[in-house]
Amino acid sequence: MRNRFNKLSIQQKQAIWAYAFLLVPLVFYLLIRIYPAFNALYISLTDWDIISADKNLVLFENYAKLYQDRLFWKTLGNTFKYVIYGLPVNLLLSFLVAYNLNKLRRGLGLYRTLYFIPYMTSLVAVSWVWRWLYQPLPLGFFNNILSLLGIAEQPFLLSPNQALQAILAPTIWVQMGFQIIIFLAGLKGIPAYLYEAAAIDGANNRQQLFRLTIPLLRPTIIFLVITGTIRYLRIFTQVYSMSFQGDGGPLNSTKPLVLYIYNSAFQRFEMGYASAMTIVLFVIILLITLFQLKVLNKND
Amino acid sequence: MKKVLSLLLVGLFVLGVVGLAKAEKVEITYWQYFYQTKKDTINELIKEFEQENPDITVNHVTFPYENYNTKVASSIPAGVGPNVINLYYGWLPTYIDAGYLQPLSKEYFDPVTIEQEFFPLVQAAKIDDSYYALPTAVRSLALIWNKDRFQEVGLDPEAPPKTLEQMLEYVQLLTETDRAGNVTKPGMTVEVRGQMHHWIREVLVRQFGGVPYAEDNRSVTYNDQGGYSAFEFFTDLTIKHKVGKVGFMTDDVTAFKSGRVGMYIDGSFRIGTLNKLKNLNYGIAELPSHQGIKSNFASFWANGITSHTKGKELAASIKFLQFLTSDKAMELWLQKVGELPAKPAVALQEKNANHPQYGPFIKGLEYAHATYFVDEKAQRQVWIDAYDLVRLKEISVKDAVDQAAETEQKVLDKYYQDK
Repeated sequence: MRNRFNKLSIQQKQAIWAYAFLLVPLVFYLLIRIYPAFNALYISLTDWDIISADKNLVLFENYAKLYQDRLFWKTLGNTFKYVIYGLPVNLLLSFLVAYNLNKLRRGLGLYRTLYFIPYMTSLVAVSWVWRWLYQPLPLGFFNNILSLLGIAEQPFLLSPNQALQAILAPTIWVQMGFQIIIFLAGLKGIPAYLYEAAAIDGANNRQQLFRLTIPLLRPTIIFLVITGTIRYLRIFTQVYSMSFQGDGGPLNSTKPLVLYIYNSAFQRFEMGYASAMTIVLFVIILLITLFQLKVLNKND
Repeated sequence: MKKVLSLLLVGLFVLGVVGLAKAEKVEITYWQYFYQTKKDTINELIKEFEQENPDITVNHVTFPYENYNTKVASSIPAGVGPNVINLYYGWLPTYIDAGYLQPLSKEYFDPVTIEQEFFPLVQAAKIDDSYYALPTAVRSLALIWNKDRFQEVGLDPEAPPKTLEQMLEYVQLLTETDRAGNVTKPGMTVEVRGQMHHWIREVLVRQFGGVPYAEDNRSVTYNDQGGYSAFEFFTDLTIKHKVGKVGFMTDDVTAFKSGRVGMYIDGSFRIGTLNKLKNLNYGIAELPSHQGIKSNFASFWANGITSHTKGKELAASIKFLQFLTSDKAMELWLQKVGELPAKPAVALQEKNANHPQYGPFIKGLEYAHATYFVDEKAQRQVWIDAYDLVRLKEISVKDAVDQAAETEQKVLDKYYQDK
């Protein structure tokens, strides 16, 4: 064995070492990610309820039930609401802040830190603080301000019409920290001479922004759109922490698919059904990501 | 050499004896959810139990209430878990169905004796002639009122409302709003997620002339005039009379503790918590009656033995369970936790029944009903949704109750279909 190893060329030896080292994370990844994913696929074909020993194969029964489950469609709809309401606002605000921060000559580090702090804070803590801000009178900060201004108090998290947006606000606030940093990196990566050339050609600020900055930020935007979409599709912690007893209420108006999966699996113990939903969510995220990659990368 | 060998042999012998003695000591594990006074009391009981039974060690593990049910369920496929476990009676059907609990040996827990000694509501833990779990204590509901608030609005602080009409009159007096019309001091709390769904289901429905479930508990019967009137009375509290506000100071206990709430309805287990507050001047009374009808809701957390417990561990677990359901344990539980003894002989003693704090709860037990839950969480959600539909979606009380009945019937059907 040793002899054979010695006979290999240096490149081959290096390759073997590289693979040996890569094997560690690979094995870890296979065990922690890939195996459970395939296992979930199998469980989704059974009626396993976690507490009983039986695991009967029911094939596509769970998927058929899913199709007829109104709550599944409602939570899927909510999940998309989070993406559609949240992501564009999130990207726009982050870009505006980053674009203006990029022009700063002083204090950039301070601002960057300030914007980044929420992102570093535990999401559960952030959610609970915001939950308290939204409280009705006499506790809630927002409602106290409204009351001072003589405006009727708002239900925020307690209303099916406002709760989803109320949960999105801190989510956007937190995500901005991350997106601003990435945008700033993208903006710094655009060479200054391009702007000089544009200015000499008589391009005004607006033209520079739309013809130069934004097109050159395309890779950054693609990255943020894709990671952002995935993040919003998987929204859970905020909703769990901000709705009463984590139920995604009132009247399921804030319940995203991931929370429904959690409820089904760990509160109603319908493991098979929950796994089926996980698989559907996986397929949805996969398709959306492939679609985005294709569309956004078109001109390259 | 011989000396060394004999010494070695002696040493081995000693080790062996120590080992044997050690092996004879049985270790069992007890699980319950975390509630400070309950945890402390169980620790105290375990200490005493271990003194009486030096060969048994009890490991006591607690989990946060929010995740307790999940923790229990997920411990099953993992193959770990307790020998003796504390479960809410409404969860028992699920766990018994799954084969998680073993029927209590009739030799030690004779069903006939249990039925003679315990309050009848404990029968909710009996399935197919076998008891699967037994409680140390039971709980019922009572009206808790803030004497200072009563005084502030000119009510007699020592005279709580006796009927629903009086209650409505009082809570209107006790409600305070700011200039913009926002409720800043509610007359009462209206948290369906707390104990209110029990109050609606087992108390109001009966007081307004309905019956919540059929005799065999397999069908919902509150979707009639009694149920509609009961639910209308409840929803009117917020919609028409505006005497309460959902989500006020996050939940009902916190709201009452803050001293801003006139009265609220809660279980006997709260006494321990409320007594810790020095500034809270409160009283406890029986639930208000209506049309001469008194009703109450009783429930309990029961201790069962898991199926995987066998041999010596089983013998030790049985001993521990007997100890937990002894009169002595019940007395201590009442003093420390505030939950009521599960045996009338202990509960109805003069000193308990006339106690200013436990008394109203114990009196309530005499006419209390325990809902035969098959899926407590789902059956509670039904009323939360009905309430939200009326409040937030302006759906009529009748439609909301009908919808609740339909959904709950499905839950019952699913459980009873193969029974």
